[in-house]
Amino acid sequence: MSTATDTHHDEHHGPAKGMRRWLFTTNHKDIGTLYLWFSLIMFFVGGAMAMVIRAELIQPGMNLVDPMFYNQMVTMHALIMIFGAVMPAFVGLANWMIPMMVGAPDMALPRMNNWSFWILPIGFTLLLMTFFVPGGAPAAGWTIYPPLSLQTGDAFPLLVFGIHVLGISSIMGAINIIVTIMNMRAPGMGLLKMPIFVWGWLITAYLLIAVMPVLAGAVTMLLTDKYFGTAFFDAAGGGDPVLFQHIFWFFGHPEVYIMILPAFGIISEIIPTFARKKLFGYSAMVYAIAAIAFLSFIVWAHHMFTVGMPVAGLLFFMFTTMLIAVPTGVKIFNWVATMWRGAMTFETPMLYALAFLFLFTIGGFSGLMLAIVPADFQYHDSYFVVAHFHYVLVPGAVFAIMAAVYYWLPKWTGYMYSEFWGKTHFWLSTISINVTFFPQHFLGLAGMPRRIPDYAVQFTDFNFISSIGAFVFGLSQLIFVYVIIHCIRGGVGRATDRVWEGSHGLEWTVPSPAPYHTFETAPEVK
Amino acid sequence: MAQEKGSYYVPHESHWPVVGTIGMFVAVLGAAALLNGLLWGTPVMFIGGAIILYMVWGWFRDVINESVSGAFGPQEDRSFRQGMAWFILSEVFFFAAFFGALFYARIYSVPWLGGEGANFFTGLLLWDGFEASWPTDGPAPRHDAFSTMGAWGLPALNTAILLTSGVTLTIAHHAIKDNNRKVLNWGLGATIALGLLFLGIQSYEYVHAYVDLNLRLDSGIYGSTFFMLTGFHGMHVILGALMLLVVFFRCLKGHFTPENHFAFEAAAWYWHFVDVVWILVFIFVYWL
Repeated sequence: MSTATDTHHDEHHGPAKGMRRWLFTTNHKDIGTLYLWFSLIMFFVGGAMAMVIRAELIQPGMNLVDPMFYNQMVTMHALIMIFGAVMPAFVGLANWMIPMMVGAPDMALPRMNNWSFWILPIGFTLLLMTFFVPGGAPAAGWTIYPPLSLQTGDAFPLLVFGIHVLGISSIMGAINIIVTIMNMRAPGMGLLKMPIFVWGWLITAYLLIAVMPVLAGAVTMLLTDKYFGTAFFDAAGGGDPVLFQHIFWFFGHPEVYIMILPAFGIISEIIPTFARKKLFGYSAMVYAIAAIAFLSFIVWAHHMFTVGMPVAGLLFFMFTTMLIAVPTGVKIFNWVATMWRGAMTFETPMLYALAFLFLFTIGGFSGLMLAIVPADFQYHDSYFVVAHFHYVLVPGAVFAIMAAVYYWLPKWTGYMYSEFWGKTHFWLSTISINVTFFPQHFLGLAGMPRRIPDYAVQFTDFNFISSIGAFVFGLSQLIFVYVIIHCIRGGVGRATDRVWEGSHGLEWTVPSPAPYHTFETAPEVK
Repeated sequence: MAQEKGSYYVPHESHWPVVGTIGMFVAVLGAAALLNGLLWGTPVMFIGGAIILYMVWGWFRDVINESVSGAFGPQEDRSFRQGMAWFILSEVFFFAAFFGALFYARIYSVPWLGGEGANFFTGLLLWDGFEASWPTDGPAPRHDAFSTMGAWGLPALNTAILLTSGVTLTIAHHAIKDNNRKVLNWGLGATIALGLLFLGIQSYEYVHAYVDLNLRLDSGIYGSTFFMLTGFHGMHVILGALMLLVVFFRCLKGHFTPENHFAFEAAAWYWHFVDVVWILVFIFVYWL
């Protein structure tokens, strides 16, 4: 290597000052921080919309907003929570942790990393602008099925281009993560020695590269159908609206696993730490993640059982869907086996991980119920579906993110968070999330349809309970913000380098807070 | 591959990503306004495009300067290679969506509209008299009948041109490895020229389709798949030609060594990818 390299590395430059640092940074920790804050803000924006939805549904009749605005809330809540809150949070965690976990000095492509982040806020500027254009925000649901979605007003191109921008961000982020993992590991860290969070993200990144372009293609076809007279989804021209559903769910189902595989990785890091035992069945865990990822490509039509498919199609997609329970069962078994006879303690991250284990499993089982074709004919488009996917997304994905934040916050800030407020946040969240979503199973089984601002009076009681739960959950998240800010400002004292007694892995060998640059020379991994 | 001894090149702060972000925002905002029929849409879209080009120019310049000054070792090289490979894979999936739409229409939706199998009443009640066949513009077309582009005229010629450009590019690749700069420049120049020729013939073909064949973008599902697949392919040819052009100018300036020419290889991979997509387009859109 020549002089240019040497001068760069002799400087050991720290962060730039002021806004320049955040706008121009190439540092994986800075970019991870940006992702995480962005995600938290979007969590509250999307959460506010959920509050509007639950306020409207607290009693029958039209109470608060008009139906069009209600539909806009339902649509934007989903888009923001999926693309703005959950996915960026996982990418933020990947940015912060993967280089430290594999012993790399930074992400493999640091400038592109910056670009991946900064186009996210503009993607959401485009999406949120739609509230102020003629015709209002998109209101056809986040699945934007034609022909309904083609009735969107001036918001339509903003929606499509917003999705394009978010897709570009995800693809660049995914490429960066794969290349970092494949090319930047410290000497001695073989693939099957990687921390399992890294494995979860490696496979997630493959999924992202495979399906985000398909979503881009689908929304492009919508755009040309609306503005340029193509007939992809128009039967009069020989197309088929159901084609959109196929393409959308070819993206959509892997997308669901994009939001849960990194969560599996997080839980697989946290449980061994607080059970003070090695993860049971490490390689089985890796293969299970890979199997789930593979299966995610051949199950998509279980979202459309009622659309009128040939019976052979229904059977195929029913059986492949049920197959997913096998690798998922392996994972649940291994987590439980990890805790078996472990010396367990119950700090906040562990509480979240345990809640994940129970509540995600509930969501998984209701998923199995939905996979049964004749049963799904009853459940389809009912509140049972809403309950199902919120159980896997909130106490699943979101709880895993919160667990990760509590777990690594001392490493990021150098201070311990308040265990009292963390546990308060945990119990309030866990109780209220069940109060919110468990009754929705009953509502769905009793026949209450989803995406409707009004309902028959017999659904009143459970809706009232659900809304109260939602408000408590929403307010509880303010505690989360308090804990984070309190921790950044000194918390309850300094954190040690190791932070947790049972922690292991490269990220715990660097000081707390982790210095601006870590592992500029690769560590040796035995 | 595990990390080697010595440190990885982590660049300084860079303002190019933010410039690119602004460009993307302005371009997309302009395009959305254009589609909504607002007058300021078009100029704003082009301003955004110009900002993106400025970003590409500046970002490339920085990376090229770093490369020329020897900042990149084998590990950085591997990062670039893997990054490019995954980017091309994502493009493969983008095209897969459109090919999927084509196959779905031909195998399922068009026969169903014609009353195939369990869809007898769909055909009878909704679209009585519609005979399912391919090509088609559907049971209720917007325009008069159209003819299709014969595969063995201009499209076959275009296939030959694009495949030849793949050969000239490989000649250039061998030349760069043998340090034969003259053959390299000629081979690369010929590749770009053949690419531009391809684009010229493709534009002529589009005019021919609209004027003589009455084949339009809104000619039902056939027109949709025909123009979207060939159109997106054409856009990728333009992008590939731009990449090759940058590499060509760098070759003229004497950049690259027989061992170290990642930019050349990346552009070449991309060009071959565009070639393969064209072969699929030729087979499934024009021929079969």
